[in-house]
Amino acid sequence: MSEDHSTHIVDYKFNILIWIDLLIFTFITIEIAQFDFQTLTVVIALVVATIKSYLVATYFMHLKFENKFLQAIVIGVGLLFFAVLFILFTDYFYL
Amino acid sequence: MSTHAVSHDDVIHFDPYGKKLGMWIFLFTEVLLFGGLFFVYATYRYLNHDAFHEGSGELDVVIGAINTVFLLTSSLTVALSITALQKGDTRRSVNLIIITILFAGAFMMNKYYEWTLKYEHGLFPGMDHYNELSAGEAQSFNLYFLMTGLHGIHVIIGAILLLIIAYHIKKGNVTKDRYVYLENGGLYWHLVDVIWIYLFPLFYLII
Repeated sequence: MSEDHSTHIVDYKFNILIWIDLLIFTFITIEIAQFDFQTLTVVIALVVATIKSYLVATYFMHLKFENKFLQAIVIGVGLLFFAVLFILFTDYFYL
Repeated sequence: MSTHAVSHDDVIHFDPYGKKLGMWIFLFTEVLLFGGLFFVYATYRYLNHDAFHEGSGELDVVIGAINTVFLLTSSLTVALSITALQKGDTRRSVNLIIITILFAGAFMMNKYYEWTLKYEHGLFPGMDHYNELSAGEAQSFNLYFLMTGLHGIHVIIGAILLLIIAYHIKKGNVTKDRYVYLENGGLYWHLVDVIWIYLFPLFYLII
């Protein structure tokens, strides 16, 4: 069971590259917010935020190097979250 | 070092994977806690679109953006701190945690400044200006204070946890071979970062 605990070391440089990506996406989300895409505005903001969260979870939180079970339950909770969000949105868009 | 033989038993029963799994399950409850608030926010924002528009116009995007950079950078320093500890560089690991805590402090200073501005404008729930607001606008400020406040509490708790972990790294309790506590502290910190990643566009950017 000892190999369960991943000892994958993420390089300093690689972490910094992820950080730069995150800063770029932050810049993008601020710039995009200046335009009005009507109802799509919220969706675009959420998509960019989700890309950033994906980067944080996958690399900073080391999910990429965890075992399959842990990855599966994180994806499961993520799907549950977006399923509820989707149901909420469909309700209000068709009022 | 003399306690080494005594702690040998602990090492055998030490279960980093179990500890990490437990941390993740706790983080799921946090996701659902903030998730519920996001759903409430989304619903009321839809029902009171113009009022929420007014509300988000009151917030300074520059402060929000600076705070985003602070939190993203602090997430980086925690991640680097784990790398440093895994490589056995204890001193660098502790220093990186200290930098993380300083960023947390800077974040909270900005939050303090922002809340003080609201307070001076009488926009805190129960104050004069707040009482004159329409129901929708009041709602947007309630959610603003509740969600950024709850997030702020998480920032403070995360910083305290990291401080405790830094102490244990220095004491030699958290080491190159037993770093799961630092990993778990880092996981909590990254979650706080992820929540802010969603809060920032919702409160500051979407008009």
